[in-house]
Amino acid sequence: MREKRSARREFLRNSAALAGGFTLSTAAPALGQQAPAQPPMIKGERQGEIAYGARSKYVTSARIPHGGRATPDNFGLTFHVATPLQDQVGVITPTSLHYYATTRGSYLPDIDPAKHTLMIHGLVDRPLTFTVDDLKRLPSVTRLHFIECAGNRASRRAKNVQETHGMTSNAEWTGVLLSTMLKECGVKGSAKWFVAEGAEEVKGASSMPVAKAMDDCFVAYGMNGEAVRPQNGFPLRLMVPGFEGILHTKWVQRIKLVDRYYMNYNDFGHLDQDKNDAALSYQIGPKSVITYPSGEQRLPGKGFYEIRGLAWSGGGAIKQVEVSTDGGKKWNKAQFQGTPQRMAHCLFTYGWQWDGSETEIMSRCVDEIGQAQPTREQIAKHWNKTFDQTFSVPGLDNSVQPWKIAKDGSVTNGFA
Amino acid sequence: MASRRVLPIAFSLLMSVPLWAQGPTYGIGRTPPAEEIRARDISIGPTGEELPPGKGSAKEGALVYRSKGCAGCHGVNGIGGTAPILKSKDPDNPDVWARGRILPLRAPFATTVWDYINRGMPLNREGTLTPDEVYGLTAYLLFINAVIPEDQVLDQKNLAAVKMPLGDNYAPLPEWKPRTPRLKGYPY
Repeated sequence: MREKRSARREFLRNSAALAGGFTLSTAAPALGQQAPAQPPMIKGERQGEIAYGARSKYVTSARIPHGGRATPDNFGLTFHVATPLQDQVGVITPTSLHYYATTRGSYLPDIDPAKHTLMIHGLVDRPLTFTVDDLKRLPSVTRLHFIECAGNRASRRAKNVQETHGMTSNAEWTGVLLSTMLKECGVKGSAKWFVAEGAEEVKGASSMPVAKAMDDCFVAYGMNGEAVRPQNGFPLRLMVPGFEGILHTKWVQRIKLVDRYYMNYNDFGHLDQDKNDAALSYQIGPKSVITYPSGEQRLPGKGFYEIRGLAWSGGGAIKQVEVSTDGGKKWNKAQFQGTPQRMAHCLFTYGWQWDGSETEIMSRCVDEIGQAQPTREQIAKHWNKTFDQTFSVPGLDNSVQPWKIAKDGSVTNGFA
Repeated sequence: MASRRVLPIAFSLLMSVPLWAQGPTYGIGRTPPAEEIRARDISIGPTGEELPPGKGSAKEGALVYRSKGCAGCHGVNGIGGTAPILKSKDPDNPDVWARGRILPLRAPFATTVWDYINRGMPLNREGTLTPDEVYGLTAYLLFINAVIPEDQVLDQKNLAAVKMPLGDNYAPLPEWKPRTPRLKGYPY
């Protein structure tokens, strides 16, 4: 104990010396410039920030209610909030800024993890109930995955990338493969679908194929290095990589193996008349967007800019991203920062010299199974529809997002 | 040489057995008693096999609709509230899809209506309706959409047999396989 304390004193002395050193060096004025003023210091701690850190008060990036409905509303129900992609640095969405949605507007379940269980039953040889601690004993996986809401659609009225694309986020998730648990239960050959159910007041339920469960679904208890947060499904969330966000069942408490599509709660919302719409509203297509420069930002003048953006696909890893800086005439290969992961956002960059003239910038991508991100015109042409302001992309909208850059450097939505 | 003929046969035999048909490996998890499964299982599928005993008619359901506050959000007769409407404004349109996104009309199975009410209604008091009340409300909503007659009593046995107007006139999802485009022949 004594030894530890003296080691700490030693450390403090050294850090003080180090800090002093810094003061000295910064005090020396740089050529032709004034030394930066000493910033005010935080003494001790601010509101428990030693135990759990917080960002600078000068960083104010925040989520916003999405789709014209207040969150929370007058009844305290929360609906949809979008992530500020325009401010994101790197490939991971900070948990506090991860987009958040409930199926129809819900209260946030405040679950005691010691009382929460996940029951797997139905067409299995051995129904089983797992506690959260049970799951933590089982072999785990840690994977980077995006989750995107089916309503992530750019409208003409949207002003920035948070409004056009903010209903997607990317995090590192840790949990147990659903196949691991299903093997413990022994799935019967007649099981073709499974229904996952959450613990929120409406017990939102969705049908999904058993083939997906056996491939890569997992039940996550961890997110970005800590426990999954309540808004993201604490204590357990079903991950269905690459499928629509609503299927990533939060607060998951029951999984039932069945022989058919069960047409329960969320399934009714997925009901489609057209088989193409139905197919395009399940697994998410290849999609990319430039986040810098993007809507409502302003370039201070001509010269060099690193264009940055995100690309992702429900079909696998992104294989290629291209950027156009002349309204789609010429396409240039972008660089990946890190290796693109399967069903995860990847970060791309492209170095650009802006000559100060009016232009339009955009990105497009191709995934590992050869699916390409289309423009809205290409989609309309494919379905033999007229391309005008009334055209709506079938299924989840994965079309190319153009950003207009005016001579004064202001950036606006290319669809406006 | 013989192994060349045997291997494909052995392989195909192996593939015909589901890979997950095996015993438990870790022995972790508790076996829930049958009563616990019954109590927690609120998923009502198209065959209705999970339905609890009980019954209700449109007349009984109309009373529940008023006493439980449904009318406050969905309107007095399923129209005119702030919540989604429950009765078509265009009931004579021969195209069921054109009559609107109305649960007791567009749902392909009456069990979907039952499941939805039982699971998600009424707002803030979800899960408090008795089976009789849910049967009654289902009957009432199906009646005001002219799916069943007013005097029909719905119960555990006959609910799944109600013929819904949509029938099988909806798109099935394609079979999903890993590393496969979301729609065959769609380049995007």
